[in-house]
Amino acid sequence: MSIEDFDPIRIRKDFPALDQTVHGKPLAYLDNAATSQKPRAVLDVLSEYYEKDNANVHRGIHELSRRATVAFEAAREKVASWINAPSAAECVWTRGTTEAINLVATAWGLDHVGKGDEILISVMEHHSNIVPWQLLAARTGATLKYIEIDDEGRLVLDGLESLLTERTKIVSISDVSNSLGTINPVKKIVDASRAVGAIVMVDGAQGVVHTKVDVQDLGCDFYAFGGHKMCGPTGVGVLWGRLELLEAMSPFQGGGEMIQIVGRDQSSWAAVPHKFEAGTPNIAGAIGLGAAVDYLSKIGTKAISMHENEIMAYAMEQLSLIPGLRIFGPSSLEDRSAVISFTMGDAHPHDISTILDTEGVAIRAGHHCAQLVMKHFGVPATARASFYLYSTREDVDRLVKGLDQVAAIFG
Amino acid sequence: METPQLSSLYQQLILEHYRNPRNKGELEEKTVEIHMANPVCGDEIRLQLRIEGNRIEDVKFLGSGCSISQASVSMMTIRLKGSSIDQADELAKRFTDMMHGDESAVKEKSLGDLRALQGVSKFPVRIKCALLGFDALQEALKKEAGVVEEGAT
Repeated sequence: MSIEDFDPIRIRKDFPALDQTVHGKPLAYLDNAATSQKPRAVLDVLSEYYEKDNANVHRGIHELSRRATVAFEAAREKVASWINAPSAAECVWTRGTTEAINLVATAWGLDHVGKGDEILISVMEHHSNIVPWQLLAARTGATLKYIEIDDEGRLVLDGLESLLTERTKIVSISDVSNSLGTINPVKKIVDASRAVGAIVMVDGAQGVVHTKVDVQDLGCDFYAFGGHKMCGPTGVGVLWGRLELLEAMSPFQGGGEMIQIVGRDQSSWAAVPHKFEAGTPNIAGAIGLGAAVDYLSKIGTKAISMHENEIMAYAMEQLSLIPGLRIFGPSSLEDRSAVISFTMGDAHPHDISTILDTEGVAIRAGHHCAQLVMKHFGVPATARASFYLYSTREDVDRLVKGLDQVAAIFG
Repeated sequence: METPQLSSLYQQLILEHYRNPRNKGELEEKTVEIHMANPVCGDEIRLQLRIEGNRIEDVKFLGSGCSISQASVSMMTIRLKGSSIDQADELAKRFTDMMHGDESAVKEKSLGDLRALQGVSKFPVRIKCALLGFDALQEALKKEAGVVEEGAT
C-alpha cells in the first residue's frame, strides 16, 4: 500500500474489537503499548488452523502434522524477514519478549558471566529487562550497572565509555521505552559495547511495532520481541540471535523437541533453533504471528509510522493545551514513539483511567512495569495513551474530552 | 454491563479525604506496622497501630496512591482510634461486605465516612483500591494476635 492510500478509517474495519461500545460510548482504544487489537486476517488464520490443520509439529508422519509443520516453519521465515535476520534458523519461538530475555540471561548468562563481571542495562528498562539480569547477577556474583536517564527521559550516554569496562559481559537495552516512548540510539550503544567486547541484547518489544527493524544493520547479538503488540496473538514471541552464539549456547529448558538422542545419563541436542524449543510450541500463535507480519507488510511500516507520527503530533499539541497536564519523555517528536505518559494535577492516574473508561476511552494507568522510571520522576504512576495504525484524530479528541471530565471532578 | 455513574464514585467526601488525609504521618511508639502494596497499580500504604491490651490506642498511616485507596485508609483510621480489636475486626468485615455489594452495610453508623465509598462496589476493578487499608488492618491484627499467642506459650 502506498503512503497516499493509507486510510485509518478503512483499516479500522479490519479490527473487529474496535467496533464496539463500552459503557454506552464507542470504544477509543488507546492502550496499544500494552497490547494491540487483532485484524480479521489473523483471527481467521487462527481458527482455520484449529479447524483444519491442528496437529503437533515435527513429529507426525500424517498429513495434518505435515501441514501444521509447514505453516509453523513458514511463519518462522516470515518473522525472520520482518527483522531482516540472515536466516530463519536464528529465530527461536518463545512465549514472548520476557521469555526471550530470560532465555539469554539463563542459557547464555550462566555460561559466560562470572563473579566480578558486569552487566549493563538502563533505568528506562521494563521490569522484564531488569529482573532476569538481577537474577543472573545474584546467581553468579556479577554486578548490575545502570545507564541513567535525564529529565526528558533520554539515556545519559555521556559517560557511557566509563560504564563499559573489560568486565562488561553483556549490555541489554530497549530500542523504544514502553513507559516514555523514548527512541534510543541503539547503534551507538552497540558500537561502544563492541569496543569492550561485550555482547549486546536489544529488547524490541516496543521498537519492532513502530519502526523497521534490521538486526544486521543494528549490529546487536540478540533481539527479542513479542507478537501481541504487533497485531499477533498473545503467548508468542521471538528471540533472534547470531547463529554462532546460539549454537554454542547451552539449552534453556529440557524436554521433547529439543533433543537428538536421549540416554540414561545424558542426551544430545537438536540443531538450532529447536534446541531452545522444548515441549509443544505455541503452534497457532506462531502461525498467527506470521499472518500478522503478512498483514503489516501489506500496509507497510513506512506508512504506519508516518501515520503514527501525525497522530502523535496532534495528540501532543492537544494535550499540552490542558491546564495542569504534565507530559513525560522527550519533547521532540523525532525521539519518541507513539506513547504519551502524563499526569494531571492531583488526580491519580487510576482515577484518570476510571473516568476515561466511563467515556469509552481505554488507556493504561500505573507504573507500566517501569518502577525505576517512576522513581526517577518522583511519581508513583502515570497515565499512558498509546497509538497504533488504526488510531485517529477522533480518538485523540475523545481523550481530550474525557480529560475535561477529570478536570471537572478533580479541578 | 450497566454504566455506573461517576458521581457515585467520586463523592466530595472522598476527594476531601484524598486531599486532607486524617492521621497521616509517622506513629511514635507503634506496636505493629504493616506495609501493603498493590503491585498492579503501585498503590501503597504503611499502616501503624499502637495496640494496648485489647484496644487500638492510636493509628497512623503513610502512603501514596489513588483517591479511593488513600481516602479509604484515612476514613478507616478515624473509626479505628480507640476501638477494640473485635470492633476493628467487625469494621473490616462490614466494609468488605459493602464492597461486595451488601447494601445493608450502608445503613450502619459504625462505618462512618466509609459509607461514602459504597459507590466503589459498582466499579469492580477499583474495589481492591478501597480494600487496601483494610487488608493491611487484617494483617496487622493477625500479626498482633500471633505475638500475643507466642508470648503466652
